[in-house]
Amino acid sequence: MNWFDLFLHIFARREQAERVVPATGITARLTVFASGVMAFLAVFALALTLATGQVSQRWASELAHTATVRISAPAGQSAIQGRAALNILETTPGVVSARILDNQELRDLLDPWLGPDLPLEDLAIPQIIEIVADEDFDARGLVLRLKAEAPGAVLDDHERWRAPLIDAASGIRWIGVLSLVLIGAVTMAMVTLAATAALAANRQIIAVLRLIGAKDAFIVRAFVRRFTLRALTGAISGTAFGLTALLLLPSVEGIAGFPSGLGFGALGWVLAALIPVFTAAVAFFATRMTAMRTVRELR
Amino acid sequence: MITLSDITYGYGGNDLFKGVDLELTPGSFHFLTGPSGAGKTTLMRLCYLDLVPTFGAVSVFGRDAATLDRDGIALTRRRIGVVHQDCKFVDHLSIRDNVALPLEVAGEPPAPENLSELLSWVGLSERADARPSELSGGERQRAALARALIMSPDVILADEPTGNVDWEMSQRLLTLLAELNRLGKAVLIATHDLNLIRTAKSMVSARVLRIRDGSLQLAGADL
Repeated sequence: MNWFDLFLHIFARREQAERVVPATGITARLTVFASGVMAFLAVFALALTLATGQVSQRWASELAHTATVRISAPAGQSAIQGRAALNILETTPGVVSARILDNQELRDLLDPWLGPDLPLEDLAIPQIIEIVADEDFDARGLVLRLKAEAPGAVLDDHERWRAPLIDAASGIRWIGVLSLVLIGAVTMAMVTLAATAALAANRQIIAVLRLIGAKDAFIVRAFVRRFTLRALTGAISGTAFGLTALLLLPSVEGIAGFPSGLGFGALGWVLAALIPVFTAAVAFFATRMTAMRTVRELR
Repeated sequence: MITLSDITYGYGGNDLFKGVDLELTPGSFHFLTGPSGAGKTTLMRLCYLDLVPTFGAVSVFGRDAATLDRDGIALTRRRIGVVHQDCKFVDHLSIRDNVALPLEVAGEPPAPENLSELLSWVGLSERADARPSELSGGERQRAALARALIMSPDVILADEPTGNVDWEMSQRLLTLLAELNRLGKAVLIATHDLNLIRTAKSMVSARVLRIRDGSLQLAGADL
């Protein structure tokens, strides 16, 4: 019998096995409550994991194909060196496009830090050339050419600050994954403790059942079904609360270039819907393992 | 049906009995007597595989008990009806549900009319919905007997089944066991009640065994 068949077998026969075991109030409430809390936390851990994963990917893909050239030259030289730099870029392999940002674009870039209505003409703002590149882009070769032909031009391929940001996002994502694993482990430990308590409290009944000819599977089924359903109930509630809380979070999209909020895409919703299923599966295996061990202590 | 061969059973370094042989064949009727602590209950537990002998072999329905796995033990117990001295009920279930429990664990839906008939026979129709804790000692013992019989077992083991019932009820119980015995069931009753044994001898051909000094002896006319 495979695990799926076993699962169906256990949940198909409600009446007989389950009513043999009396409902124990405190372990029932504890299991439902703890499963709910764990599912609630799992929703946020999942959201964090997915959001940081998206951020990391977005930064990696967007920034890997862009670079900027800053022209820092005296007022009279700036336009000449800008044109020289553009000429060099037009003949540089891997450069898809290159253009000088106009004053409005510069204002937009500086707006979050220096405020609106910036008198750009009165400030020594360097010219910025935006480059869109492909995989053949050779940043090192371009630096050497710019040095020789437009000494006021400095290439920034974002590598210096891109890597630590991506590393940080990746680190947060792995912390999210670790949190999910730990939540699963704590759920398993909690269900095991509750099931152990329930089994100990009902040891006399288990002994009677064995004496009148009950197979281990019958006894185990009673406990497994009960704890799995309790964990499932708690997890559905916890997941629902978690998703509601997530939807009520204020959106941060578009604020100061903030990359993303804690929202779910299609994959996120599917994974969130699987949290109660996963919790039930964890409870199923934890209770089954505990119940089998306890039942086998009796002849 | 059940054979104990050269059984030794001990604990704490002492042997409770040594070299005991017992055979329960179809249609046999045995009484087991002996002083308290002699090992009557232990011998019964060996018969329904609740204990493993220190030495010797237990054979049940043609199979060596040592070769049975846990499911095999469970299936074997379904063919042995046991009336425990302390009854061993599931306290939160009603008497009706307790009596039907062996059928339920075997996956056989209990037929309500058979269940009612059995409860009526042991005089518990009115108490069928009561919890075990609400019953008197005698009522509990009758319910335990009903539970032992509901699977129509091949062997019936009863540990002091009349210990808490009045004389009239003990006669009824004995009559039922005698009837079942005539149908080919093997019966083993552990009891202190010598009057019960004397009465039974007028109904069935019973052998009386006595545990004395760690061995099993056939009791004589001194009963």
